[in-house]
Amino acid sequence: MKINVPSALAGVMTYVTYPGLAMAAADPYQLNLPEPQTAIAQQIYDQHMLVLWICLAIFIGVFGVMFYSVVQHRKSKGYKAANFHHSTTVEIIWTAIPFLILIGMAFPATKTVIAMKDTSNPDITVKATGYQWKWGYDYLTGEGEGIGFLSALATPKAQIENAAPKGENYLLEVDKPLVVPTGKKVRVLITANDVLHAWWVPALGVKQDAIPGFIRDVWFNIEKPGTYRGQCAELCGKEHGFMPIVVEAVEPEKYAAWVAEQKTKLAAVAVDVNKEFGLDELKAKGEAVYNANCAACHQANGQGVPGTFPAIAGSKVATGPKDGHINIVMNGKSGTAMAPFKHLSDVDIASVITYQRNSFGNSTGDAVQPSEINQHR
Amino acid sequence: MAAIPDHDVVHGAEHAHDHPTGLMRWLTTTNHKDIGTLYLWFSFIMFLTGGVMALTIRAELFQPGIQIVNPEFFNQLTTMHGLVMVFGAIMPAFVGFANWQIPMMIGAPDMAFARMNNWSFWLLPPAALLLIASFFVPGGAAAGGWTFYPPLSVQMGIGMDMMIFAIHILGASSIMGSINIITTILNMRAPGMTLMKMPMFVWTWLITAYLLVLVMPVLAGVVTMLLTDRNFGTNFFNAAGGGDPVLFQHVFWFFGHPEVYIMILPSFGIVSEVIPAFSRKPLFGYSSMVYATASIAILSCIVWAHHMFTAGMPVTGQLFFMYGTMLIAVPTGVKVFNWTATMWRGSMTFETPMLFSIGFIFLFVIGGFSGVVCAIVPIDVQVQDTYYVIAHFHYVLVSGSLFAIFAGAYYWLPKWTGHMYDETLGKWHFWLSMFFFNLTFFVQHFLGLAGMPRRIPDYALQFADFNMISSIGAFGFGTTQLLFLYVVLKCIRGGAKAPQKPWEGAKTLEWTLPSPAPYHSFETPPLVK
Repeated sequence: MKINVPSALAGVMTYVTYPGLAMAAADPYQLNLPEPQTAIAQQIYDQHMLVLWICLAIFIGVFGVMFYSVVQHRKSKGYKAANFHHSTTVEIIWTAIPFLILIGMAFPATKTVIAMKDTSNPDITVKATGYQWKWGYDYLTGEGEGIGFLSALATPKAQIENAAPKGENYLLEVDKPLVVPTGKKVRVLITANDVLHAWWVPALGVKQDAIPGFIRDVWFNIEKPGTYRGQCAELCGKEHGFMPIVVEAVEPEKYAAWVAEQKTKLAAVAVDVNKEFGLDELKAKGEAVYNANCAACHQANGQGVPGTFPAIAGSKVATGPKDGHINIVMNGKSGTAMAPFKHLSDVDIASVITYQRNSFGNSTGDAVQPSEINQHR
Repeated sequence: MAAIPDHDVVHGAEHAHDHPTGLMRWLTTTNHKDIGTLYLWFSFIMFLTGGVMALTIRAELFQPGIQIVNPEFFNQLTTMHGLVMVFGAIMPAFVGFANWQIPMMIGAPDMAFARMNNWSFWLLPPAALLLIASFFVPGGAAAGGWTFYPPLSVQMGIGMDMMIFAIHILGASSIMGSINIITTILNMRAPGMTLMKMPMFVWTWLITAYLLVLVMPVLAGVVTMLLTDRNFGTNFFNAAGGGDPVLFQHVFWFFGHPEVYIMILPSFGIVSEVIPAFSRKPLFGYSSMVYATASIAILSCIVWAHHMFTAGMPVTGQLFFMYGTMLIAVPTGVKVFNWTATMWRGSMTFETPMLFSIGFIFLFVIGGFSGVVCAIVPIDVQVQDTYYVIAHFHYVLVSGSLFAIFAGAYYWLPKWTGHMYDETLGKWHFWLSMFFFNLTFFVQHFLGLAGMPRRIPDYALQFADFNMISSIGAFGFGTTQLLFLYVVLKCIRGGAKAPQKPWEGAKTLEWTLPSPAPYHSFETPPLVK
């Protein structure tokens, strides 16, 4: 029998490196908090370990006694029951000792709570806004001021529906991550546009609910460059499980380069609101906007989900007067899952409305221009 | 003339202590035992209903990717699983125990308000129907989590309104039940039974009933505010209209946190009856048990905001709620130490009720430890809304409340049915439950720490293995409960005749009655020395 040396070698290599590959992504048997990447996360990690060891010691103590009596003091062994039923001394002791242990736990926790809440003097301030179902980031102060973008799930639908093999960072990848410099204090202001969300990146020791009408803040200072992944942690509707958060920490020089690149891009896409677009151009743009913002509820084919999300195809709104359509897209409909989409640009709103009015069998022939959207603002 | 014989018949029936039979017996009953039975069966049916929802959830989570249910339906399932288990299974089960046991344990003939008792029970089935029917209305059932935080709950369809009405009805039932229990305990104890001579189970229920009367109206208030926000243009929780979305959470958890203790205090009572009975030794530290129970109840009312550590709170608020929450560990610890001391130098046997009670203590303490972990604000920031929290509250609600319910059911089945249950099958039920419970929920601690959020229908690949283990455990645990149904049915239909007092170490008054307990327990009150 002849052995095909190269392919056998390849097979062995794959086999040997496979567990290594898996480790590189994320450990499927991870038993503890992720490796801390900030001072706060480190304190949390240490306190968790402290509490864990104390609990383990109490556990062994209490159940040592209990299982000793379970084994020894059984009727089947002929053990005769004693008749004592209280001891004030013992009871005072076992009230006081837990109290002291708790003080020991509360002391470091108090220091950390105070440190977590100190969001003063940041180098960079970013606003994170929760939308159903994506995050919006706006760099407010510090290097990068003025940059703003939306960050949505990048995992293709086919992987979720089991039609394609799942990638390494399945459900934990976004189209545009939040980029921050290492070694800088970053303050994140957190709010929401529609319902509650929560901005959570475990390795940074940060979790904060995003609440419409309120602004909360957190801070972090990442030491090592890297990509840190998290997810929305507050139930926010049907796509709640598909709302990842990715923070990319890069060295300050790389960050400066990134900022410059973003600024150029922003300048390039800024258009005059009075520019007129053709119907086909708007439809083409609109399709991309639709798939990114509307398809989660109304479906890619515009049919909606009967009883839950109305269809765009043949709907009174999408085939009726333009103004009504613009109003509902920009301001949402209260009491329903239809959120306001004012945060999109004039061009995006104009093109998505044009797309909706001329697709899925709708054929109004209307080309809605960005200037019309601008008037509605 | 015709009125006279009629009058005689009615009069005669009263004196013979006869009662209607067939369906009318159950519909019109004012007897505490019949009502207790109704509560217990209702609770078991709801337990299976909520269980099927849980298994559907676990089936979807068996593998990454969306396979069985779509995300909207998944959210409806998690929401309804929580509501059905809390309001349909655990609470009615304890009220069932209260109805059966409290009059017998305090030497009373029945509950104080017998007619209201009937009404308290018969409110439950329509509420359950409203909840279940909401799956079939446009938009489906409520899908905002069992805590239904606005603004998400303002977005939902009519299913949310149905849920709100169901909660109103369930709340009315709970309040009536609690008033009945309080009145019965305070007014109808046998001569000589002072408060500090009452069995622990009666004590824990007295305190629980006060908690219920305190917090149920708060829940009713908050759901009413939500209802008017949804339908009548008010803006309690809408920031754009001047309202406050966080207000809902404060009011909800002012109800919700004591509610957690409403679901555990009666368990403490049951276990405090079972452990001394099978240790053949009096309960250690009876009075400190009473004080500990009362302290837990009082503390439970001032720690609600620990559910909201990530909602944003001033630093002083976080510290206050952290210290308050941590303090609860002290009286809870006292209870655990007292149970241990009760077993210490006892003469123990390990029938099924005792096994479930020891299992209760063992697993409840693990749940208590993860509770302390969650109480510490910085750590809570990491584990809030993750599978760690799911593991934590299933350790206290399943191995806490449910295991105690099983312990109590096996303990009192001989008194209820007049037959001994099948001890071998009972032990199988315990060991299988114990094994599968831990298989299901222990690994969820790891999932939460590693970063898996709760209420997600699909997850990252690193969580796949533990989720599969958890799902296998859940199916095992669910199937095991059918064994309980079989044991109970077998016990009702026959089996060895139960003596008046089947448990050597049992001390309370119900064991002075024949088994099964007569339809009217104590017609002449016993004298308690």
